[in-house]
Amino acid sequence: MSGILRRAGEWRVGAPIADTKAPAGPIEERWDTRRFEAKLVNPANKRKLNVIVVGTGLAGGSAAATLGELGYNVKSFCYQDSPRRAHSIAAQGGINAAKNYRGDGDSVFRLFYDTVKGGDFRSRESNVYRLAQVSVNIIDQAVAQGVPFAREYGGLLDTRSFGGAQVSRTFYARGQTGQQLLLGAYQALERQVAAGTVEMHTRHEMLELIVSGGRARGVVVRDMVTGEIETHLADAVVLATGGYGNVFYLSTNAKGCNTTAIWRAHRRGAYFGNPCYTQIHPTCIPVSGDYQSKLTLMSESLRNDGRVWVPLRKGDDRPPAQIPEDERDYYLERIYPSFGNLVPRDIASRAAKNVCDEGRGVGPGGLGVYLDFADAIARLGREAVEKKYGNLFEMYERITGENPYEVPMRIYPAVHYTMGGLWVDYDLQSTIPGLFVIGEANFSDHGANRLGASALMQGLADGYFVLPTTIGDYLAGATAFDQVDQDAVDEAVDRVKEKISRLLAVNGTRTADSFHRELGRLMWDHCGMERTEESLRKALERIPELREEFWNNVKVPGDSEGLNQALERAGRVADFFELAELMCVDALHRSESCGGHFRAESQDADGEALRDDDNFAYVAAWEWTPDGPVLHKEELDYEYVKMTQRSYK
Amino acid sequence: MNLTLKIWRQDGPEDRGRMVTYQVEDVSPDMSFLEMLDVLNERLTLAGEEPVAFDHDCREGICGMCGMVINGVAHGEQRATTTCQLHMRHFKDGDTVTIEPWRAAPFPVIKDLVVDRSAFDRIIQAGGFISVPAGSAPDAHSIPVPKNAADAAFDAATCIGCGACVAACPNGSASLFTAAKITHLGLLPQGQPERASRAKAMVEQMDAEGFGGCTNTGECTAVCPKGIPLDAIAQMNADYLKASPTS
Repeated sequence: MSGILRRAGEWRVGAPIADTKAPAGPIEERWDTRRFEAKLVNPANKRKLNVIVVGTGLAGGSAAATLGELGYNVKSFCYQDSPRRAHSIAAQGGINAAKNYRGDGDSVFRLFYDTVKGGDFRSRESNVYRLAQVSVNIIDQAVAQGVPFAREYGGLLDTRSFGGAQVSRTFYARGQTGQQLLLGAYQALERQVAAGTVEMHTRHEMLELIVSGGRARGVVVRDMVTGEIETHLADAVVLATGGYGNVFYLSTNAKGCNTTAIWRAHRRGAYFGNPCYTQIHPTCIPVSGDYQSKLTLMSESLRNDGRVWVPLRKGDDRPPAQIPEDERDYYLERIYPSFGNLVPRDIASRAAKNVCDEGRGVGPGGLGVYLDFADAIARLGREAVEKKYGNLFEMYERITGENPYEVPMRIYPAVHYTMGGLWVDYDLQSTIPGLFVIGEANFSDHGANRLGASALMQGLADGYFVLPTTIGDYLAGATAFDQVDQDAVDEAVDRVKEKISRLLAVNGTRTADSFHRELGRLMWDHCGMERTEESLRKALERIPELREEFWNNVKVPGDSEGLNQALERAGRVADFFELAELMCVDALHRSESCGGHFRAESQDADGEALRDDDNFAYVAAWEWTPDGPVLHKEELDYEYVKMTQRSYK
Repeated sequence: MNLTLKIWRQDGPEDRGRMVTYQVEDVSPDMSFLEMLDVLNERLTLAGEEPVAFDHDCREGICGMCGMVINGVAHGEQRATTTCQLHMRHFKDGDTVTIEPWRAAPFPVIKDLVVDRSAFDRIIQAGGFISVPAGSAPDAHSIPVPKNAADAAFDAATCIGCGACVAACPNGSASLFTAAKITHLGLLPQGQPERASRAKAMVEQMDAEGFGGCTNTGECTAVCPKGIPLDAIAQMNADYLKASPTS
C-alpha cells in the first residue's frame, strides 16, 4: 500500500500549529466566552442540516441523542447489532466530577489540576479546564436520566477515590458504571430514533471519509449484513469511534474496536495527535495461553482496598498464603508512601513490570503480581468487600478458576486506552473542516496519561455538552457550502471497493488474525510499556516487511457479499499496520519520557519518567503524506499549572 | 481435551440450515468458549472452508453481543454466565457439544449463529427512557433516592439485552427484558412521570414484535447472565394494568 515510508522511521517537520481556537482571557471564562460567541442555528434551519455521527459509545451516543434533541437531522452508525453494545459499556470503575459533595476540598480547579498533572503536562489547559467545569453537569444529566449510581443511606450519591487523586470524586454504579452511563445515552438516543430526528444504522462499518470542497461531507460504509457499499452525505461528520488499543492485538478493548474510521480520516487530511501515547492499565488478568483473544481488566477501584505485592525474594514460588508478611514486598506502598496503591496507572504499570523483570513476578511465566484483599476482608468483613467488588471478584473467578476471597488475585498490566487520536482544536474540530472528533477517538484532554474515571467524563462532556455547541457554530455557515462533488464520492467508493477486492484476491496461507497477533506482539515488545530507540527502530524495520507479507499472503475466505466477519477483520488489520508505523515514528521522535510513554533513555535516578520540557512540551500532530509523515507541533503553554516533575511519593 | 462440536450452519435468512459436525483437538481448560471457536475458525479458514459466523464483542460479559444455545441451554449450563465468559474447564475430554443460535420468530437468523435482535431496540424506542434533554437536568442532589430503591433499580438495570431470556422461553417471550427496563426506571423518582405510559407502550411494542406471552415458567431468569429476577415481570404487569384503563 502507499504510505510505506521511503526509509523506516523517517519524518519531516512542517509548520507549527498556530491557533487552537481557544478564546483568550481568564481560563474560567473561556468556555462561557466560546459558548456566547458561537453562532446559533435557528430551529427551523436545524431540521435542514444533516449530521453523521459514527460510533455509539458514550461520546457518539450522547452526541447523536443531543444533536437530535436540538433538532438536527442525524444519522448514527455502529458496527455492532445495537448502539448499546459500544465498548464504553465495559468501563467498570466510575466517572469523575468536581461536585465536592464530600466537602473534602475538591473543586473545578482541583480536578483540572489533577488532570493536567496526571497527564504529565502534555495536555491543553483550556480543554482540561472546560472538561472539569462540565463534569458537574454530566452527573446531573445522568441522574435525571435514571442512571442508578450508588447511594448512601440518606439517599445522596456515594463517591469513591481513584488513582491520581486525594479527594473522593468518583461517582459509580457498582462495578458497571460504564454500562449504566451508556444505557442512559443509548436510551436518550433511542428516544430520538422514535422521535424521527435520528436515523440509526446498526451493523454498518465506516470505511472511508468523503471530503469535498475541502470539507468533510460524508462517509462510505459497508452494510455488514448484505455487504453493500453505501454512501451517506451530510453537512458535518462526527467521529466517535473510540481508541486503537487493538493495534496490540491483546488489549482490554472489545474485539471489534479498530482504527479504520480515524485512520481513513487521517489519510484524507486529519492530523493524528500523539499516536504513541498508550495507556497500559496496571490491573488486568494475566495472559493464560497462545489462544488468548483479549485481556480483561479488573477495575482500578480495587486498588482502594487491595494491596499490591510480590515476594521479597527472587524465585520464591511458595503459595502466597505461605509467604510471611516480612517476606513480602508491598512495593507501591514502599516506593510511593503518600499515594501507595493509588498511584496513577502509568506508574503502577511500570512498577509491576520492574518487579517482574527482577524475577519476582508470580504465576505462569512470572508475569503477574498479587492484588491481595486479605487485609480488607479482615478489616471490613467479607460481606462489605463483596458488596463493593462482588461482580469483579466473580468475573475473576470465572476467568481464572481461582477464588479471590481466599487466594490473592494475580494481575498484570495490559493495553487499555489510547490518549492519542485525531488532533482537534478547542471546538473538537479536526484539521478537515466539518470533521469533528470526540471521545477516545480524539487526542483530547488526557495528555500523556489518563487518570482513572476520566474517560467516561470526557466522552460524555464531548457528546452532551461541548460538541453540540461548537458544531452549531460550524453549521451556521452551511448554507454557503458547495454541492458535494460527485467525483469525490466516486473516488471514495472506489477506494473502498478496491481494498476489499484486493484483500479477497490474495488468497494466501495465513489468516488476518495470525498477522494481527504477530503485529500486536511486535508492538508490545518494541513500542509497549518501555520503548528505546533501538526497539523502535527494530519495529520500524519489521512492520513494513510484515505488512508486505500480509498483502501477499493473507487468506480471506468468502466474498464481499453478505456477512463476512473475516473480511471485516482483514480490513481493520490492514489499517492497524499503517497506524503501527506512525505510532513507532512518534515514539521514536519523542525521545523524552512522559506519562504512559516511557523511553528508557530518559529516566531519573529512581527510574521515574523524565520529561524534557525544553524540547517536547508540545502536541505532536502528524500529517499523512505519500512521502511519509510530517510533524506539526502545537506548543503547550502552562499559565495556570506550574510544570513540575510529577511526584506521588 | 478433544471435543466433538455439532454446530448450526445457515448461509442466510432464506437457507434452511443444518447441523454440521466438527472435531476440535487440544482444547485448553483455560480457554473461553469463544476462543475455542476462534481456534476452529482459524482451522476452517486455512482449510478453505467458511468459518462459523457468531456475534461477540467485549468478551467480558457486559456488551450482550454474544449468545448461543449450548447443549440446549442459552449461554450454556453454567449459571449467570454469558457465552464469552463460559470457560472450557466446565467441559471434559470426549464431550459432544451442540451449538445453536437463539431461536425465536422475532430474532431471525442472519447467518449461522448470528441473529437479528433489533426488536429489542424498538421496545426501548417505545418508551424505555426518561425524557430529559441534555442540559435540562437539576442538580443531582436535588432529589434524594432511598438506597434500597437505587440498589433495586440497579439490579434491574444490569440487563445486557443479550436475548437469552427469549431464547430460553418456551413462548419466545421478551417479558424479562422489557420488565427489567420498566422496573429499573419505575423504581426511581425520576421515572415516575412517564411510568404508566412507558409500561403500556413497551408492552404493546413487545407484542407487536411477535414475542409470546409470559406464563411464569421462569426459564428466562434461570439463563439470565445477570440474574434479573422474575419479580420484574410482576412489576411490569402491575404497571401495565395500572396504565391500561386510563388510556
